[in-house]
Amino acid sequence: MTQWEAVIGLEVHTELKTATKLFCGCPNAFGFEPNTSVCPVCLGLPGSLPVLNAKAVELAIRVGSALSSRVQASQFHRKNYFYPDMPKDYQISQYDVPVNAGGAVVLRSGKVVGIVRAHLEEDTGKLVHKGGDGRIGGADYSLIDYNRSGVPLLEIVSEPDISSAEEAKEYVSELRAILVATGASDGRMEEGSLRVDANVSVRPVGSTELRTRVEIKNVNSLRSLGRAIGYEVERQISEYESGGSILQQTRHFDEASGKTLPLRAKEEANDYRYFPEPDLPPIAPLQAEIDRIVGELPLLPAGRRVRLFGLMPGASSDQVEVAVTEEVWPYVVAGIEIGVAPELVLARAANELAALVGNAGFLTPERFAEVVALEERFSPSQVKLLLKEAVSFDGTVDELVAKVGLSSSGAEDVRAMVGEVVEANPEEWRRFVAGDAKVAGFLLGQVMRKFGKAISGAQAKAALEELARGAAGL
Amino acid sequence: MTDGILTLDAGALSAAVRSGEVTAVEAVEAYLAQVAVQEPEVDAFLSLDADAAIAAAEAVDRARASGAALGPLAGVPVAFKDNLCTTAFPTTAASKILEGWVPPYNATVVDRVLAAGAIAIGKTNLDEFAMGSSTENSGYKITRNPHDLDRVPGGSSGGSAAVIASRMALLALGSDTGGSIRQPASLSGIVGLKPTYGRVSRYGLLAYASSLDQIGPMAATVKDAALMAEVIFGHDPMDATSLRAPIPALVNALMEGVTSFRVGLVSDLLEVASPAVASAVGRAAATLAQLGAKVETISIPELALGLPAYYVVAPAEASSNLARYDGVRYGFRGNGETAEEMMVASRSEGFGDEVKRRIMLGTYALSAGYYDAFYLRAQRVRSLVRTAFQEAYSRFDLLLSPTSPTTAFKIGERSEDPVEMYRSDVCTIPSNLSGDPAISVPFGDEDGLPIGVQLMGPALSEERLLRAAFALESARAEEGER
Amino acid sequence: MTSGISKADVVHVARLARLNLAPDEVAAHQEQLSRILDLVGAMDDDRLAQMPAMAHTQDLVNVLREDVAVPGLPREMLLRSAPDVEGEFFRIPKILGEPE
Ligand SMILES: [Zn+2]
Repeated sequence: MTQWEAVIGLEVHTELKTATKLFCGCPNAFGFEPNTSVCPVCLGLPGSLPVLNAKAVELAIRVGSALSSRVQASQFHRKNYFYPDMPKDYQISQYDVPVNAGGAVVLRSGKVVGIVRAHLEEDTGKLVHKGGDGRIGGADYSLIDYNRSGVPLLEIVSEPDISSAEEAKEYVSELRAILVATGASDGRMEEGSLRVDANVSVRPVGSTELRTRVEIKNVNSLRSLGRAIGYEVERQISEYESGGSILQQTRHFDEASGKTLPLRAKEEANDYRYFPEPDLPPIAPLQAEIDRIVGELPLLPAGRRVRLFGLMPGASSDQVEVAVTEEVWPYVVAGIEIGVAPELVLARAANELAALVGNAGFLTPERFAEVVALEERFSPSQVKLLLKEAVSFDGTVDELVAKVGLSSSGAEDVRAMVGEVVEANPEEWRRFVAGDAKVAGFLLGQVMRKFGKAISGAQAKAALEELARGAAGL
Repeated sequence: MTDGILTLDAGALSAAVRSGEVTAVEAVEAYLAQVAVQEPEVDAFLSLDADAAIAAAEAVDRARASGAALGPLAGVPVAFKDNLCTTAFPTTAASKILEGWVPPYNATVVDRVLAAGAIAIGKTNLDEFAMGSSTENSGYKITRNPHDLDRVPGGSSGGSAAVIASRMALLALGSDTGGSIRQPASLSGIVGLKPTYGRVSRYGLLAYASSLDQIGPMAATVKDAALMAEVIFGHDPMDATSLRAPIPALVNALMEGVTSFRVGLVSDLLEVASPAVASAVGRAAATLAQLGAKVETISIPELALGLPAYYVVAPAEASSNLARYDGVRYGFRGNGETAEEMMVASRSEGFGDEVKRRIMLGTYALSAGYYDAFYLRAQRVRSLVRTAFQEAYSRFDLLLSPTSPTTAFKIGERSEDPVEMYRSDVCTIPSNLSGDPAISVPFGDEDGLPIGVQLMGPALSEERLLRAAFALESARAEEGER
Repeated sequence: MTSGISKADVVHVARLARLNLAPDEVAAHQEQLSRILDLVGAMDDDRLAQMPAMAHTQDLVNVLREDVAVPGLPREMLLRSAPDVEGEFFRIPKILGEPE
């Protein structure tokens, strides 16, 4: 029986995190009232002209550099087709000369997925289908909100190097991590700032042929992506095995049934009639500019892994994966930088911190480092408690420790504080040293009244007893 | 003084308004009286607003009374081609698809002209979306040539040309994609300047062919055209193709003459002209030579390729630029059960025949399998034409040719034959393809029908073009006096 | 270059351009477009192959805008000129199928 393998290429559209749209000064923001972030340009009013956003170009180059793409001189083209959510009835996109060509994403497993291109284009408006069953085909009419029209997108096209649903998910999450690390995107799939189309075909293992592919449009979560590809691969295999063939078509993933379903067949083949956008002169980034952007790139997830495994060759890869995420990484860096043992930093970051980081409050990377450093003196469970408390505590780390009832003061300091109280109460001290245990409560009470914020009762007691042993020994 | 208002040029009228010799209201009333007489015959305006013009003039007079400094066009009545966005008037590009559409913003040029103190009288007729050479393709009406009401004023800026020729305004703006300022200027006996591509912001110009379109002044005299050019030239951050070049003092340079100029008389374009037109161009060459220019004949055979290249590039870009007229967001909406049917109905009923023809042609030229043979080839022709011009401009400061092969033709004479109509643009198209400036200036007539001659120059040579045009205009005036 | 355009081409192009042509219009367009294509077919010169395709007349590059927000248009102003609206939205008849 034939063994089959999947051949998958992904097109990831990501909204770039700019303040304004790609070609006009309207705010690029999620959650505006309908049709309130619009102007003549992004509404395509007659006479309006596009002017390119410098920040979008910079972010595109940042991503290209992070993907090891060739950043090159580029030109916008018009992609001509009619659709009501597209105000000019053409999309300004890039065609034969995209800003970024080539590149690669290295997955966790070490597998390399090639990048064909990563180009700039504008987003469309949003349609709301009304009446009927609320789905596009059965609706009575549609409403349009153009707030999203003209929002900058970067379309990242992979080579068909991906060979399973699992790998596709791994690719998207790695790419997402890169986009977030470079500051190009917030990576929120559920808000639509990351959208994935998958081109899927199958072939017998060992063959190099490319069979008819099916495009699955607009999958909006990693889980759905995996399910959609998984279903589609099985569908194609069983189609071939039962002697059938695969039609080149576009399908969408139906969450409820877990199946991919064909979209209405097109009346005509695509003919986008691309031509160079006459309203926009070419972009030709200077090498110095590209060098600057490359120089400013942060350490990317792959580099973070290398750094952690370099420090800790035996580190748990599950912990490392948590540590290299965008949210956790700054904490890891802060801890390692102040000289805390990397293993300790990794363990606390991957476990306790990861649970807190979504809502970290006052627990900044610096505070995390300070608290984890205390683990030389406190027990792990005390440190975990401190981390948890730090989220809602606005004060110094010493005050935090005191609040939790631990002392941050060193043994020397505690002895000095107790000593002060002892000197002020010579009679009680004499009785205590002489063995009158009842007076201990009084002395400790004095210590706590004076230094209670800085030291714990247990510490004070230990110091008092130690001093008494010393005194008795004299 | 008020009796002579109509005899003042724009510079003189605005000086009189600034000095208080004439009020802006008097100026505008004089022109509105002229409109009342001429417009029923000429039919040049698509919208007119006398009350608004008077109100604007009153505002200028009040500003003067309050001691405010008035602009260089203070109180000067102007007209705008109806493909320029104006918040005060509907903007239709003479298309039914935009009937009644009032833009929410002004074109940059409109803002600049109004900021200079000019008074907008109305919006002028054109061939629908500026596609045509006679203004007969308007979706609303036919404008007549004031020199002969049975003839066309030229096009596509025929309304603006007729307004100036019949003195219904002192200055007008037109747009020129393949000759649409210069050809009607020639046929209507006025001055029309197509500036270097990028000299004037296109923001707010309803695009026909974006890589060719350029807005320019139309006026009765070279000096008025120069004055308006100074107002509208200059960089605009809203247009990415707008140039940052400094604006020369155009009016002040006019008197500097042509003594040092090397002028090339383009023989290839003379050959396509009627005998009367060719002879007028010959006389213009002789005049320039008498004034001290060094005139020689030059052949630039590559220019013949301009016409076919234009009729690929312009329709291709137009097919894309006009896609947005789909009945969804503004303008005319046709009936349809589905969005798709509605869009098709809106476009099919809203566009006129010539617009549809060019959309079809351009769509075809860009479509799969034809792109290389048509669009790509036309772009190579553009390079060839530009290279040929560059060689010519290395030997000559200016080139001289007819503007139009003929004088104004009869209404209806060419409207049945698009290809014949297209040939009207053969002399003007090359400068659009290369992006260089050119001007048409009246020089003689044939049986009372004006003849214009065209001066072409390299990029940013408007000052030179205006000086030479001024020299020709002054020589004609002296001839007339003699 | 071959001239002439078939009736099927005319119908296909009209479809791409979202124009509805009556049968007599198809014939008229076929005839006129063929004539124009004859005119356009005159673009022939030995040097063309060496000429770069010229998309812009200028040598401008990197004309960029700072990423700073500017006020747009009030919604009422935009919806006022719309052929059909519902509440805060532009309204259109139902859509069949997905974009191309
Ligand atoms: Zn906008």
